[in-house]
Amino acid sequence: MKKPDSLKNKVAIVGVGESDIGRVPTMSGLGLNAQAAKRALDDAGLNVSDIDGMLTAYSFTEPYFMLGSVLSEYLGLKPRYNASMVVGGASPAVMLKHAAEAIVAGQAETILICAGENRATGQSRDAAVASLLAVGHPYFEQPYGGSIPGYYAMIANRHMHVYGTTREQMASVAVNTREHALMHPNAHMKTPLTTEQVLSAKSIADPLGMLDCCLISDAGGALIVTSAERARSLKSKPIYLQGIGEYHTHEHLMCAPSLTEFGATQSSRVAYEMAGLGPGDIDVAELYDCFTIVPIIELEELGFCKPGEGGAFFASGHAHIGGSLPVNTHGGMLSHAHAGAAGGLFGIVEAVRQLRGGLGARQVEGAEVALVHNEGGILSSHCTLILANAEG
Amino acid sequence: MRPSRPFQGYLVEGRELQPLPQPIANADSQAYWSAARERRLVIRRCMTCNAYHFMPRHLCPTCWSDQLEWVDSKGTGTVHSFTIIRRASAAAFSSLVPYVLVLIDLDEGPRMMTNLLGDDSLSVAIGDPVKVAFEDRGDGSLIPQFCRSIPGETDEEA
Repeated sequence: MKKPDSLKNKVAIVGVGESDIGRVPTMSGLGLNAQAAKRALDDAGLNVSDIDGMLTAYSFTEPYFMLGSVLSEYLGLKPRYNASMVVGGASPAVMLKHAAEAIVAGQAETILICAGENRATGQSRDAAVASLLAVGHPYFEQPYGGSIPGYYAMIANRHMHVYGTTREQMASVAVNTREHALMHPNAHMKTPLTTEQVLSAKSIADPLGMLDCCLISDAGGALIVTSAERARSLKSKPIYLQGIGEYHTHEHLMCAPSLTEFGATQSSRVAYEMAGLGPGDIDVAELYDCFTIVPIIELEELGFCKPGEGGAFFASGHAHIGGSLPVNTHGGMLSHAHAGAAGGLFGIVEAVRQLRGGLGARQVEGAEVALVHNEGGILSSHCTLILANAEG
Repeated sequence: MRPSRPFQGYLVEGRELQPLPQPIANADSQAYWSAARERRLVIRRCMTCNAYHFMPRHLCPTCWSDQLEWVDSKGTGTVHSFTIIRRASAAAFSSLVPYVLVLIDLDEGPRMMTNLLGDDSLSVAIGDPVKVAFEDRGDGSLIPQFCRSIPGETDEEA
């Protein structure tokens, strides 16, 4: 199989933005996107007229047909490159890949990527949970009363059975990210969390309790991506894309080839190879954490520890800021924010900020290379990217 | 062992009868649901590469042959994984909690998702042997479910 053309050092993220996060009843979902986009553009020091490409994902609270066109219209953009991409939680990283390819191919020079929804206030909690049912197969899974937490719970139970992973180890993921979120000024959650609280929280789907599950937030996030060449002349410190790869194995859990190995191994292999780097070169990792079991599995597949050791990695403090590999330094989707495709996008925003430096207590000292992993569906679609604060 | 839960519908919050969803057949799955009405679990086998698959489709997902046949599954398998749902996402299921969702590895190979029914379902473990049972969803529709099978027990399912 022909190797993909390298995207290393070809593009840079030059602007990042987060909307107000949490319960934001004063804003629509599109408004959250717009606020994040404006902040990202200001961060880049660019003008609206500089944007000639726009990518977005999907929205459950504002389920427009042609969301990419709708959002361009809302923002007053007339891009020459535009799409809405639906790869679940993997969408932000996949959008970055498409943006890089488009810029390299000359289809656009400066692309706005944004995603966000008003999931906390734009619909009832029951409606939010019910709409996510669509991830289950309509004819062969939904008639059995499954749920997204239920599907991930089956993955957790299998991991516990095969590797001896414990509920306490999973709880340590939630506690670790909460400690990081408390250092982030815009995080949804602002109170400390203990292992005991996670373990005693109401069970949703055994073994996952309420605090093993991600947040439901109002939130939008945005990135501005441009060519590496153009990035050098901008006011912000450019963060260069070094490697990126994706892999897709299934959508519905009943069709997953395995409950302990997913597509992150393959997506990261492409990213590492493109970057010429390995797991040992990564200073900070922002991993998808819709449920506490997920970053445990990702750590293993991304090569940061052996299969079955992800739980112990978190429980022993390695993933804490100051540890051997700080993970989800913004608080992740468990404690910073989760609103559709924005959840994974915030991992990219945080990686850029860590690589720029100057985050105070939250700063990973000497961070030069970051890895971000997004996954969508039920660990179905995977995209891994590696960023650096210098051209490698 | 018969499924222990009552048939047809359930009162949700004492207000309205919320029937459990009935199967929806389409061109890919008509034969599957018709067989279920006869208390038969059928799966697809590729006549070119011999691979079995669940989730019926137009072609074999292994070799893309469109020469497929329906075969009767033995209806036996093991629990690959499970969860006990304590909070249901769909209103029709909220009065049933706690209930068990399972991934079953059929002895023929394919994996499928169902509930585990039976009085002993909450003590399920990975690797438990199971056998198919059919749950009445009203209007003559039946959907495949699984119960734990006790070695030596005779098959009581009609």
